[in-house]
Amino acid sequence: MSDSQTQHAAIAETSTVRVRRTRWQRMRILFSRAPLTAWFGMVVVAIYAVVTLFAPLLAPYGEAEVFSRGDAPWSREHLLGTDRIGRDVLTRLLYGARNTVGIALGTTMLALLIGGSLGLIAAINRSWLDQIISRAVDTIMAIPGLIFALMLLAIFGASILSLILIVGITYATNFFRLTRSVSLNVVVMDYVEAARLRGENMVWIMAREILPNILPPLIAEFGLRFIFVFLFIASLSFLGMGIQPPTADWGSMVRENAHWITFVPFVPFQDAFFYGLKPLLPAGCIALLTIGVNFIVDWFIHETSGLRDV
Amino acid sequence: MFRLIEVIGKRILLGLVTLFIVSLIIFSSISLLPGDFAQAVLGQTATEATLKAFRESLDLDKPVITRYFRWVAGVMQGDMGNTFSGRSTGGQGIDVSRPVVEIMLPKLRNTLFLAGVTAAISVPLALMLGFLTALFRNSIFDRTANAITLSTIAMPEFFLAYMLIILLGGYLPTIANVRAETEFLQRLLLVTLPTMTLTLVIVAAMMRMTRAAIINLLASPYIEMARLSGASQAEIIFRHALPNAWAPIATVIAFNMAWLVVGVVVVEVVFTYDGIGKLMVDSVGSRDIPVVQACALVFAATYISMNLLADIVGIVTNPRLLHPR
Repeated sequence: MSDSQTQHAAIAETSTVRVRRTRWQRMRILFSRAPLTAWFGMVVVAIYAVVTLFAPLLAPYGEAEVFSRGDAPWSREHLLGTDRIGRDVLTRLLYGARNTVGIALGTTMLALLIGGSLGLIAAINRSWLDQIISRAVDTIMAIPGLIFALMLLAIFGASILSLILIVGITYATNFFRLTRSVSLNVVVMDYVEAARLRGENMVWIMAREILPNILPPLIAEFGLRFIFVFLFIASLSFLGMGIQPPTADWGSMVRENAHWITFVPFVPFQDAFFYGLKPLLPAGCIALLTIGVNFIVDWFIHETSGLRDV
Repeated sequence: MFRLIEVIGKRILLGLVTLFIVSLIIFSSISLLPGDFAQAVLGQTATEATLKAFRESLDLDKPVITRYFRWVAGVMQGDMGNTFSGRSTGGQGIDVSRPVVEIMLPKLRNTLFLAGVTAAISVPLALMLGFLTALFRNSIFDRTANAITLSTIAMPEFFLAYMLIILLGGYLPTIANVRAETEFLQRLLLVTLPTMTLTLVIVAAMMRMTRAAIINLLASPYIEMARLSGASQAEIIFRHALPNAWAPIATVIAFNMAWLVVGVVVVEVVFTYDGIGKLMVDSVGSRDIPVVQACALVFAATYISMNLLADIVGIVTNPRLLHPR
């Protein structure tokens, strides 16, 4: 008879088995399971983040610096050439990351803030306030987003502030619907009731009782909506209604250089090819980021929802 | 049967209410504008007399409600006011502004042509691909189709358009400059690339939804039963799953047609196609508010009625929706 185990209390057994993993260990396990596509997405996002943060250090010239030679070909001084009025394409591409991604991120956060808090309030309140906000959101969603934004931009004029506000409000509707419907399931829980009886105020209940429980779907929605907002702003800029020059931005870069594709026949690896890349590179940057974020969101949803592919 | 009509009637009524509120929003875009609208349009140099004349010509001196009902009455009779561009600003200049409807109608026809051609190609294509991917689920074909459609959805439309121009621009016209007198076949040739761009985007979305609608059904017990009794995969999909899948698929089609109406905007600008989307973008650029309002109203009305259609199709084909619990 061994003396290794003299007690048979449940606590003794479980405590030896269930050593809680540190946050770091859990992260490592999570990442080791990540599929290749998710890694691809993370690498892309990391590169974009570095470019966004350090654009002024990476760029060879100033954001709106104009050189004497417009439409210059690729050369040692201008690695990707210059655009029609003589601005360095590489520089504008790097600064464009900062402006395009930054504004899209800010807009998505604004949309989350407005839509999320209104959704929480509506879910807790459930009275006439809920009705009013819900009907207003229904109406805004009945108008196609691009048309709604174009109309408002026609009235208020295209500036970065109005762009962020208009697109933010347009997309707040999506966040509102999601937050409201997810929190409705949480609001009825006993611990929310307990907090209410304890006399906690509305802000506490929203932030400490409900929010932690609805966070995963909100984060997934944030990633997904970021893509839509990003594409939406890029489209508006491409149409000439978004971010205005001289601020560098990918959508308007495509627009400014598009004539190289539309009017010049495309022959691989001849001069025209490199000119054709001027509008194509910013467009490609947009596409790459959206695909990268898409992969990450896919993986995140997969991990947090516990869904397995059928 | 009465129940069905009642539900559909309610839904149509709701659509009309939505349209009414949307028209209010579109209309109030002029009235609720901060500052003096006449000043904003005519510029700082305009004289007081000009401003007054401008306000009177737009009824800006009348109460908002009067103006709204005048506007709605005008729209009902096919009169959406005159454009701002070309309006005389100097007091004695000649007024060369044109009725908005006169400008809009031919462009609307062009847009409907583009959307119609796209729909005629993409709907059968998307349904076929949806069936095939559901049939050969998790095969290499399915996986490739999924990867391709996921990336086309994630790409901006103008990127796809320019890629197509690069690949096929040598063989097909890259500028869709249709005119009123352009013949049908010539027209078709001109819109080939715009149609392909729109088709790529819309087929991707529609195919994924069709596939999801069928696969969703494959989890039902009666499909399990069919499989156990020895039905082949094709038999299960076409004989057992499809009849029940038509409802969601029809909804998917109507929903995507609603998207198509808006999706044309960017494509029209890329290919300088003379449609209503390009008209709207141009007028937003020149801040020609009556044209913007008219375009927005047309787009919103089409969008709302398409979504309404999707809902009605859903109600008619799914009897369960008639008996809400």
